[in-house]
Amino acid sequence: MSGYIVRRTLWAIPTMLGVMVFIFVVMRILPGDPAYAILGDEAPPEALEQFRRSWGLHEPLWIQFRDYVWGLLRGDLGISMANRRPILPQILRALPYTLDLAVSGLAVGLLLGIPLGILTARRRNTMTDYCARVLSLAGISTPSFYLGILLIFFFAYQTRLFPVIGAGDLSDPWDRLHHLVLPALSVGLAMMSYITRVTRSALLEVINMEYVRTARAKGLKERWVMYKHALRNAMMPVVSVVGIYTGILIGSSILVTIVFNRPGLGKLMVGGINTHDYLMLQAVMTFYAGIIVLVNLLTDLAYALIDPRIRYK
Amino acid sequence: MNADTQEPLSADTQEPVSAQVSSGSRRRRRMWRAMKRNKTTLVGLVLTTAILLVALFAPWLVPFDPVQQNLLKGDMPPGAEHVLGTDSFGRDVLSRIIMGARVSLGIALSAVGMALIFGSTLGVVAGYKGGAIDTATVRLTDLLMTFPTTILGLMVLAVLGSGMVNLSIAIAIAITPRFARIARGSAIALRERDFIQGARALGMSDARIICKHVLPNISNEVLVVASLWTATAILQEANLSFIGLGVKPPTPSWGGMIRDGVNQLLNQPWLSIAPGAAIFAVVLAFNMIGDGLRDILDPRTMD
Repeated sequence: MSGYIVRRTLWAIPTMLGVMVFIFVVMRILPGDPAYAILGDEAPPEALEQFRRSWGLHEPLWIQFRDYVWGLLRGDLGISMANRRPILPQILRALPYTLDLAVSGLAVGLLLGIPLGILTARRRNTMTDYCARVLSLAGISTPSFYLGILLIFFFAYQTRLFPVIGAGDLSDPWDRLHHLVLPALSVGLAMMSYITRVTRSALLEVINMEYVRTARAKGLKERWVMYKHALRNAMMPVVSVVGIYTGILIGSSILVTIVFNRPGLGKLMVGGINTHDYLMLQAVMTFYAGIIVLVNLLTDLAYALIDPRIRYK
Repeated sequence: MNADTQEPLSADTQEPVSAQVSSGSRRRRRMWRAMKRNKTTLVGLVLTTAILLVALFAPWLVPFDPVQQNLLKGDMPPGAEHVLGTDSFGRDVLSRIIMGARVSLGIALSAVGMALIFGSTLGVVAGYKGGAIDTATVRLTDLLMTFPTTILGLMVLAVLGSGMVNLSIAIAIAITPRFARIARGSAIALRERDFIQGARALGMSDARIICKHVLPNISNEVLVVASLWTATAILQEANLSFIGLGVKPPTPSWGGMIRDGVNQLLNQPWLSIAPGAAIFAVVLAFNMIGDGLRDILDPRTMD
C-alpha cells in the first residue's frame, strides 16, 4: 500500500507541471494580447512596449514560464495587474471561503446521496424509489446558480430563515455555518443526485451476485449483508463519480459564489476576467488545477483502499 | 450482434461498405424500437422536439418584439396581456424566452456539433493510426479533462473575449475531449477487425478506410455521446452567459436574462425564475433521452 501511495503521489508532480504548461500556453498563445486588452486598440506602440516591458511580457516564453514556476515554488505569484497588490495574499484570503463551500457541498452530496441511493436500491420500484429518481433527475438538470436563486427567493426572502448574501464572520462558527447552508445546498444537490443514481445502480448490480446470495443463505442479517458485503463492492463506481463530480462542483461553486456574493476564488477569477488581469487569472487557475489534481490523487488512493487489487498492479 | 461479426472479406470494395451500412441501420432500427418502449426516453424525445420546434420557429411565435423597449410598460407582473410579465425596459419576458431558446440552443448545439466533428476526427485518426499521434491525443485529452468544463470554458473565454461565437467555441473546446475519447476507443477496437484488415490488404488508403469503414461504424456511439453532452453544453451556455460572457445585449439568452433579472429578485421574481425554468426544462428533456439511451445500451441497469 505505501509503495502505491508514494508512486501515485509522485505522479501528481508531472501532472501538475503539465497543467501549468497548459494554463501558461492558453494565457499567452491564444489571440488576445493583454497589452491591447488593457490599454485599448488605439494605444500608441511606445505605451504597449512600455506595458509589456513592465510586466515582463517582452521576455522569451520559456523565461516567462520559468519565472512563473519558480515564483510559484517560492510562494510569489507577482502582483495583480488590476489593483497592483501581491496576488498570493489575495488568493490565500479567498481560499478558506472556497474550501468551505466545496467541502460543505461535498458533504451534502455524500451524506444525502449515499443513504438515498441505498434506500432506493433496497426499495426499488416502489413509490419511494420513483420519487427519489424523479428528484435526482431534476437535481442534475438544474443549474446550480439557478438553484441558488430559487433558494434565496424561498428561504431568504419569503421565509427569512437564512441570510441572503455574504459569507458571515469567519471567526464565528455558527454565523459561518448559517451563511453556508443555502450555498452548500446549491452546489451540493446536483452532486447528491449523481451519487444517488450511481449508488443505486451499483448496488443493484452487486445485489444479485452470488456472494451476496451466499451471505444471505448462510443466515446473515440483512443489514450485515447490505453494509458489509454489498456496499463495499458497490462503492467502487461511487468513489470514481465522487472524484469526477468534485471537479464539477468546484466549477459550479464559482457561479454560486457570485449569486450569494461570497468572497472566494470564483470572485477573484470573474474579477480577473472583467479587468483583464492575466496574472491573477493565471494564479487562480493554477490554484483550481492544484485542487483538482489533489482531488484526483485522493480519489485514486481511496480506490486502492477499497480495492486491494489496485495496489498490486 | 451477429450482423457485425460476419463482415464479408470480399475482394469487391463495394460489398463490405454496403454490408456495413445495413448493419448500422439495423442497429439503429433496433435502438429506435427500444427507445419507443422506454417511457422516460419517449417523454424526453417529445419534449425536446417541441422545444427545438419553438426555437426554430421563434420569430413567428413571439407575441411581442423581444428587443423592442416600451418604458411605459416596464416591470409589469405576469398578467393577461404579458403572460410572464415585462422587464424594466418593458420587453415581454415570454417573447424573450422564446427568442432566447434560439440563441441558447443555437450556441449549445453548434458547440456540440463542433466538438463532435473535431473530437471524433481526432479520436478516430489517433486510434486508427496509433503511435505518436495517439500518444499526443491521449495526453492532450487527459490534460483538458483535468479541468471541469465550467473552468475550462471560463479560461478560454477570458482569453478570447465574450460573444456568441467565442462562447460556442469555448464550450466546444471543453467537451471535445469526450468525443475524442470515445471515438478513439471505438477506432482501436475496429482497427484489428477482419474487414478493416481486409481493406488494408487490398491497398485501400488509410483516409479511405477511415471514411468508408471506420466512421460509419462509430457513428452510433458518437451520436449517443452527443445526446448525453448536449445537456451539459446547455448548462454551460447558461453558466457562462450568467457570468456575462455570452451574447451581447439586447439579444436575449436564458443565462443572460437571469443575470439581468436577479437584482430584482425580491420584487420581480419572474424575471429570473421564468428563464431558469426554461433552462431546466430543456436540460431535463435531454437528460431523459440520455437516461433512456444509457438503459438501452447497458441492459444491466434496466429493471
